Amino acid sequence: MLRRRLNRLFGGDEKRVDSRTIYVGNRPCPATETFIPPKFCDNRIVSSKYTIWNFLPKNLFEQFRRIANFYFLIIFLVQVIVDTPTSPVTSGLPLFFVITVTAIKQGYEDWLRHKADSEVNKYPVRVLEDGQPARKDSEKIKVGDIVEVVEDETFPCDLILLQSSRDDDTCFVTTASLDGESNHKTHYTVPDMEKDLQSLSATIECEQPQPDLYKFVGRMHIYKPEHDPAVRSLGPENLLLKGATLKNTKKIYGVAVYTGMETKMALNYQGKSQKRSAVEKSINAFLLVYLCILISKAVVCTTLKYVWQSQDGQDEPWYNQKTEKEKGTILYVKMFTDFLSFMVLFNFIIPVSMYVTVEMQKFLGSFFITWDRDFFDPEIEEGALVNTSDLNEELGQVEYVFTDKTGTLTQNNMEFIECCIDGFQYTAFSSELDSFCVTDGPVSTFQEKAGREKEELFLRALCLCHTVQVKEAGPDELGGDQVDGPASEPLRPAEQRGFIASSPDEVALVKGAMRYGFTFLGLESKTMKIKNWQNDVEEYELLHVLNFDPVRRRMSVIVRSKSGDTLLFCKGADSSIFPRVRPEEVERIRMHVQRSATEGYRTLCVAYKRLSVDEYAAADAGLREARLALQDREEKLMAVYNQVETAMSLIGATAVEDRLQEEAAQTMEALQGAGMKVWVLTGDKMETAKSTCYACRLFRRSTELLELTVRTLESGGRRREEMLHDLLFDFHRKAVQDAPPARAGVNRSWSSANPEYGFIVDGAALALVMNPSPDTNCSRYRSLFLQICQNCTAVLCCRMAPLQKAQIVKMVKNSKGSPITLSIGDGANDVSMILEAHVGIGVKGKEGRQAVRNSDYAIPKLKHLRKLLLAHGHLYYIRIAHLVQYFFYKNLCFILPQFLYQFFCGCSQQPLYDAAYLTMYNICFTSMPILAYSLLEQQIAIEVLLDNATLYRDIAKNAMLRWGPFLYWTVLAVFQGLIFFFGVKYLFSNPALQDNGQVFGNWSYGTIVFTVLVFTVTLKLALDTRHWTWINHFVIWGSLAFYVVFSFFWGGIIWPFLKQQRLYFVFFNMLSSVSAWLVIILLIVLSLLPDILLGVLRKPRGPHTQQKKPAQSSGGHHQTSDRPLLMRTFSDESNTVM
Amino acid sequence: MMASSYNAKEEDGHHSGSVGPGGPGTGKSKKPDNTAFKQQRLPAWQPILTAGTVLPAFFAIGLIFIPIGIGLFVTSNNIREFELDYTGVEMSSPCFNCSQTYSWNNSCRCSVPFTLEQPFESNVFMYYGLSNFYQNHRRYVKSRDDSQLNGDKRFLTNPSKECEPYRMNDKMPIAPCGAIANSLFNDTLELYYVYPNGTKTAIHLVKTDIAWWTDKHVKFRNPAGNNDNLTITFQETTNPINWHKPVYELDPTEPDNNGFINEDFIVWMRTAALPTFRKLHRIIQKKDSLTPTLPPGNYTLDIAYNYPVRSFDGRKRMILSTISWMGGKNPFLGIAYITVGSVCFFLGVVLLVIHHKYGNRSSNAEIPN
Repeated sequence: MLRRRLNRLFGGDEKRVDSRTIYVGNRPCPATETFIPPKFCDNRIVSSKYTIWNFLPKNLFEQFRRIANFYFLIIFLVQVIVDTPTSPVTSGLPLFFVITVTAIKQGYEDWLRHKADSEVNKYPVRVLEDGQPARKDSEKIKVGDIVEVVEDETFPCDLILLQSSRDDDTCFVTTASLDGESNHKTHYTVPDMEKDLQSLSATIECEQPQPDLYKFVGRMHIYKPEHDPAVRSLGPENLLLKGATLKNTKKIYGVAVYTGMETKMALNYQGKSQKRSAVEKSINAFLLVYLCILISKAVVCTTLKYVWQSQDGQDEPWYNQKTEKEKGTILYVKMFTDFLSFMVLFNFIIPVSMYVTVEMQKFLGSFFITWDRDFFDPEIEEGALVNTSDLNEELGQVEYVFTDKTGTLTQNNMEFIECCIDGFQYTAFSSELDSFCVTDGPVSTFQEKAGREKEELFLRALCLCHTVQVKEAGPDELGGDQVDGPASEPLRPAEQRGFIASSPDEVALVKGAMRYGFTFLGLESKTMKIKNWQNDVEEYELLHVLNFDPVRRRMSVIVRSKSGDTLLFCKGADSSIFPRVRPEEVERIRMHVQRSATEGYRTLCVAYKRLSVDEYAAADAGLREARLALQDREEKLMAVYNQVETAMSLIGATAVEDRLQEEAAQTMEALQGAGMKVWVLTGDKMETAKSTCYACRLFRRSTELLELTVRTLESGGRRREEMLHDLLFDFHRKAVQDAPPARAGVNRSWSSANPEYGFIVDGAALALVMNPSPDTNCSRYRSLFLQICQNCTAVLCCRMAPLQKAQIVKMVKNSKGSPITLSIGDGANDVSMILEAHVGIGVKGKEGRQAVRNSDYAIPKLKHLRKLLLAHGHLYYIRIAHLVQYFFYKNLCFILPQFLYQFFCGCSQQPLYDAAYLTMYNICFTSMPILAYSLLEQQIAIEVLLDNATLYRDIAKNAMLRWGPFLYWTVLAVFQGLIFFFGVKYLFSNPALQDNGQVFGNWSYGTIVFTVLVFTVTLKLALDTRHWTWINHFVIWGSLAFYVVFSFFWGGIIWPFLKQQRLYFVFFNMLSSVSAWLVIILLIVLSLLPDILLGVLRKPRGPHTQQKKPAQSSGGHHQTSDRPLLMRTFSDESNTVM
Repeated sequence: MMASSYNAKEEDGHHSGSVGPGGPGTGKSKKPDNTAFKQQRLPAWQPILTAGTVLPAFFAIGLIFIPIGIGLFVTSNNIREFELDYTGVEMSSPCFNCSQTYSWNNSCRCSVPFTLEQPFESNVFMYYGLSNFYQNHRRYVKSRDDSQLNGDKRFLTNPSKECEPYRMNDKMPIAPCGAIANSLFNDTLELYYVYPNGTKTAIHLVKTDIAWWTDKHVKFRNPAGNNDNLTITFQETTNPINWHKPVYELDPTEPDNNGFINEDFIVWMRTAALPTFRKLHRIIQKKDSLTPTLPPGNYTLDIAYNYPVRSFDGRKRMILSTISWMGGKNPFLGIAYITVGSVCFFLGVVLLVIHHKYGNRSSNAEIPN
């Protein structure tokens, strides 16, 4: 644990021993003289916080670290120790209750964590011992153990792949739960590994654990009896990460290199720290203000008391002698205890009950989210899930939304939409599917447009130009399922085959070709088989694969057909293909590509070239040479690729749709309309992510993109750092300095003349910004970067490691103004950012449950985010803000008369109200109406909130809990407190208030003030209530009735357990006095007058103004949103796939 | 929860669900109930404060409050009240000599003459008033034992700790204990009408019905036993230090007004709210409908000056007052009602003007925002 924290503190580059040596199989090696078994942590995962032994002290400590709890504890102790006007029970009991309930809840949660931990730690694994697999608990794995993993199992720790059951020394892995990429990745065994692991004698030297998932450097020394030790270099392709799942491979063996808390997954996991909402921070701030008020009140009173007592005869008049004990105390001690007594007397100004009520409101309020039928998804048969109720109101305060792409914005489900051959468009209508798939007989629609030959060529290109593998159709069609979601077309059983590819797009293309009648049958020892329209199997010899890379943005294959022709097929982004084909072919296709790009599809162009024997020979030689080059291999390969991929002829283009989640675009638009900035953080490639952003309308056609990626950094041919510097300043000038000073971000209108900027950054560039080389001033880059980001309407961060996502979130979170951030994601790779953000939302996707479990709220679909934020968040915020303000308000008016009374009772801490009233005020008389209000209030109807995203801006930046409103409430409370006290005081200038001439005493005084108080604060709430359900009626009028009944009851009996019968018939006598009635009515009316007046003068925020708004504003609004983007500048936005 | 993210599969969703409040909803969650409450669609009345609704209210408040205020004001003005400060601070005051002794119970007598300009009709209530006397001091307020006063025998001989330092005197429990009882107001006030010819007649002062009925009959009770023989009942106790007679001799003439249920005592025990206060002392009952209870003319107040107030700069007053349905004279309520009523009415007018003149225009202008 400590190690981990240290790791985080120093980042990756602490100056410890940089590498660790691992003895494979934990056997001594001949080369090392002495075998010291190195010490590494075991494979145990610990996420629980407490043990049985430290639970009580640790939990109590944690709880009393909370400022409020600590404060109440102090008050309680003071009451116990010092002679105070009120009994310790009044504050001790609620505190005890709160603490106990919280402790039980936290204990239960920790017990669940313990259970989950042990489930993982006791998970059975097989470890090779003496050549035989032995079953062990997962936690027993030591570094150096050789572990056996079978298909569909997750790796129990980070392993170096030694042996695979596949012939080609590879294995397939999905890292969906780590970085969200659901495709299969190929990992390789250590080269030239012996088959017999038992006799293997080797050590591995590798770096110390670090969180980057994509980095690993190591060396393996293999010792053989007769030979010199062989050294093999190890890279990330040899490392199998804990949490990833083995796919399509029967069995592998690997040696554990990192275990337990040192695995990359564990290092990427961030502790789930307790999240505090902005409202709670406001509460704490107000609390401090009230604490100051409280202390100053106590100080004033104490001072006045001693000033008053210093006058002759006032300290100890003959009628009021002190006790011996009092006389004996030292003056300063007495002053101090007096001070504490005043604190206790006024401590009701910060009531425990507020915390209880707030907690209750949050707890009960969150049920409305789980109950909401709009969040119910019939597909997964589940609704929303609330994991923490602490953050309800935060949903109404979100300023930044960080969303994952795969599975969140998109369904991660590619579908072939249409293609264009030689300028003619072909659409894959589902309804005509069967006619296309007819394998014999002409396909009429298809043949009419382009020539048959061209069509066949195009389809062959689709079938050949890829790196897809066919998974043998089996009972479980896992490979196919990954990219072939339930929404895609049902395949006929004969063609039911799974495709495995590193990119789902390729599968979509192959499937598209299959739909048109060309089926890829598989690759067997360099021979690709295709079944064509005639049901004949064509065979092609695969000569070369020119792999995809993001700079070239295309890939090619060179194949030789049966007839001996050598063909090169190339597919890639239009921008990278068009310059390499004959210009006259381009025009016809360009139009189609542009059109499908505007629809948000990912487009690819397909070209081919017939290689003559000489050409092929030259290319072949070049490629072979480049592949074998030891230095600058990449550059050399690139040069050859570029050389080969020229003078091609364009055949056509394809359009593939990465299906967006339902209503993704509308949701994003609503979020932006609500003033939120949406950032897409994805581990995916830039091109893919960018096209999704366009499809979601995060980027628009008018958006100017600022790119800070490896590609732009390297384009200038200068050092990356220099380029970074220039680009950052350039972008900063554009986006920040040249931007109009107006709050462009807030008032973004849909057709504004201001240029909108979109910012694209990738993981590598981000790493440069975040951790630049020591000579550059890193904080400057960081702040530049942040400023640019904040001035862009949308930001896209691609190729992010999970921890980088969290880093970004953290950066924004800690930026100026500390905006409220929300992260939404569905995969385990999003967990760190979900945990980092103020609010973490999990989408109940198909990829496991980690995101859901670590999230604060989980929703079935992205589209639900809209209602969650705009309606629920808004309402929760209003409710809790009002609740907090109201609580402070009502307690200030409650305690102010008591404070003022001190001036008239010789500052003697005489309570104005009876003890029962003091205790019951917050618990019974005024708590229920505000609780009902804070659960049911809907100042603006939910439908209106959903239709008008802009309403969300009204409450942005904690609008209702800032100092302005707080001051208003405080002033109101002071005003009312003054009215209550002095109104009754003037009445009491003649205490003969009954028509029989009898007089009222101090308890009558307090009761009249208290009656006015209870009625006023309740009616004040009634005035604020805009949504009167029967519950509100019941609770508001019920509380008032309860107060009256209680007062009768409390004053109607001589209570045997009470020392003093202070209130005996006081209430009754009060009501028998006409003057008391009149003064109560007068003071209530007078207290509420300013509020009513302001309520009229203030612009009403009610539904009735809002009803007009939608009609006006939504007109333009919807127009833009319903129209697809028009033409975009094109070459940059078009999309490569792979 | 890293551990749980390891076995990423299905079933974990459940127990984590039960951690949060979502628990009950998730277990075997089918579609949430479609009840109005759960869907936040309860039928609701949605009032809005607008000028339209508030204006009538303002006018109504104004129209109701102003008459009430006028009524109160007139009533208060019709109440006759006469106040006489007999502390004796000034040299010229007849009680000056008495007031010089700061000690308790010096049985000094003085008489203060005064003139009533106007007749006092109906029942006249005589109050005594004290100033700068902190009956609401905390130490003072709590210095009593209601159980003892309620006649509980256990507390008669063992008074509550709260009574300190007036709990025990010479190892004898004090009854009634506590500072309040100890400082019982013990000036005797006698009122004489002075005929123009110089002769004085005593005015009959009634000393009952001055305390709350419930106090007299329920809250305060003499300890059980033979009521006639309070002496025996209280024999194990001693009188408060400042009293010169025991509690069972507070009103020896009237058994129903003796001991703890002596009304002067009960009135005193109801601690006043403010340091300047008045307490009902005596009632002068009206004789008949023809003659005023107290006709205009000269009176003399004879005082047995027992109660020292000079030590704490206190003042003592005698107040004669008639009473109306609203109690004693207090112009505050009437003025306050008239003021608030007028303010409401005025605001109503202002709002009406604003509403009519600017209302339409401004509401038009606001909509496009």
